[in-house]
This record gives sequence, C-alpha cells and structure tokens, in this order.
Amino acid sequence: MRSVVRTKASLIWFLLCALTIVSWALGTNHGSGAGHHLPASLVIFAVAVFKVRLVGLYFMELKTAPTVLRGLFEGYCLGLFGLLTAMFVFS
Amino acid sequence: MTNMVDSARAADDAGLDASHASQRHVPGEPGIWVLLFGDMLVFTVLFTVYLHQRGIRPELFAESQGALNRALGATNTLVLLTSSILVVFATRALRRPELRYLARRLTLGGVLVGSCFVVIKAFEYHEKIAAGITPSTNEFFMYYFVLTGLHLAHVVIGLIVLTVLSTLARKPEPTKTHIAFFEGGACFWHMVDLLWIVIFPLVFLVR
Repeated sequence: MRSVVRTKASLIWFLLCALTIVSWALGTNHGSGAGHHLPASLVIFAVAVFKVRLVGLYFMELKTAPTVLRGLFEGYCLGLFGLLTAMFVFS
Repeated sequence: MTNMVDSARAADDAGLDASHASQRHVPGEPGIWVLLFGDMLVFTVLFTVYLHQRGIRPELFAESQGALNRALGATNTLVLLTSSILVVFATRALRRPELRYLARRLTLGGVLVGSCFVVIKAFEYHEKIAAGITPSTNEFFMYYFVLTGLHLAHVVIGLIVLTVLSTLARKPEPTKTHIAFFEGGACFWHMVDLLWIVIFPLVFLVR
C-alpha cells in the first residue's frame, strides 16, 4: 500500500488542497458588492488554471504523454487563462 | 546505475511502472481524448458566455453571488480532489501485479468519496430552492444552475464509469486493453475534477 501512496501525485494532491483553501480565503475576503476586485480575481484565475495543469500533468499522466497530446493540453491551459482573464477584464 | 535508479524514480513519480518509463504513453485509448477535449471546449464556451453576461450586469452578478455558499463549494473541490487521488492510486495498483488486489478497493473508495459531491450539491440546491432561488430568479442563477447542473450530470456519469471500472479491477490478469480502458475512465473522472476547479472560482469566488 505504501508504494502506491508514496508518489509525486500525493504531493500534488496536497498542494492542490492547499491552493483550494488559499483561493477560498482570497475569494471570501476580498470584499463584496458591485465593484471590480481585479487583482484578487486575477490571482484566483491564475491559481485555478495552475491547478488544472497539475491535474492534467500528474493525475491524467499527461506529463509522460506524447508531445502532441501534452502540447494540446498545455495549449488548452494557456488559452483558458487568456480567455478567462480577457473576458473578465474587458467584458 | 544511477541512471537506472533515476529512471525508476521518474516512472514512480509519474505513477507508471518501469515498462512505461522508456516510452511516452497515451493514457487510455487515444479516442477518449477527443471526447475529453471536446467536453472541455464545450465548458470553456459556457465559461466565456457566463463572463460575457457578467460583464453586461456586474452588479446583479456580484450581488447574487453573495447568496452562494462558498464553504460548500470549497468542500466539494476537496471532495473531488480526494476522489481523484484515490483513482490515481487505483490505476497505479492495477498496473502492478503484486498490488492489483488494492485496485478495486481504491476505485470503490473513489466512488464513495465522489458520491459525497452529489450529496453536498443536493444540500446546496435544497438550500437555494428553500430560499426561493430558482433558475428563473435572475440571469446569474440561470447560469449557476446550468453550469453546476451540467457538471453534476458529468459527476453522476463519472461515478457510473468508476463503478464499471471497479468490476474491471477485479480481474486477476487484466489485458492491455483492460488497463487502457481503466486509464481512459480514470481520465474522464479527472476531467470532471478539472472542470470543477474552474467552475468553483468562476461562479463562487471572482467578482
């Protein structure tokens, strides 16, 4: 059992949980109401896309996938971050 | 010798056995990736539409978001992450003959933890409906119910897939096709996790 659990994916799981709590705290404490809360929101988006990338590389095992498949996923992450931030800032 | 040790460690880190270390490996059947990327793109279009609508009525969206239960949303993220890591362990166990006996239990563990997401989401919906909030309340809640409801449907499908995988994990000597099927199903479950990782901050946190 120990050899199943002792893997880099376990450390990634711990990091993902920690980042979830950080985003939650940031999202809860950056005020409420109608105003733009741009810096905190951009950090929250960056953390979310970083977490997406970690899930893809370490849980879906795309880190060791052929370059094309990994490249498609990296491109998706980049596009997702660009789209979310651009739509949030400019809409 | 050092290279061999490094190579084995790299394989362990990736959750793969030594036979996978020397070559790049497509997790699951290649066709599953068409489905996964297609699904991810459909959700990305929905995220874009949501942000466009939010840009039109920022006050309404910010005010309505205040009625959401962020603690439940964060708990559900932790639930899916935990279920996902159990499925990662199950995939790893299935590949190793000496650890294969753990694969079924770990997959069922993933189902059990993943089911908590449905229970929590049902509680969250009940909370909203009891407060008189429905999809027709306003535009924000329409998108809230559509995005989270569509994702919930994926969670339910994922739980069914994991249950099927748990019967596959019982095989004492799974073939390469069985293992590829297991990997593909596991990747679907990780995609469900991945989508929630975006939906939670998008709908519950940023404003």
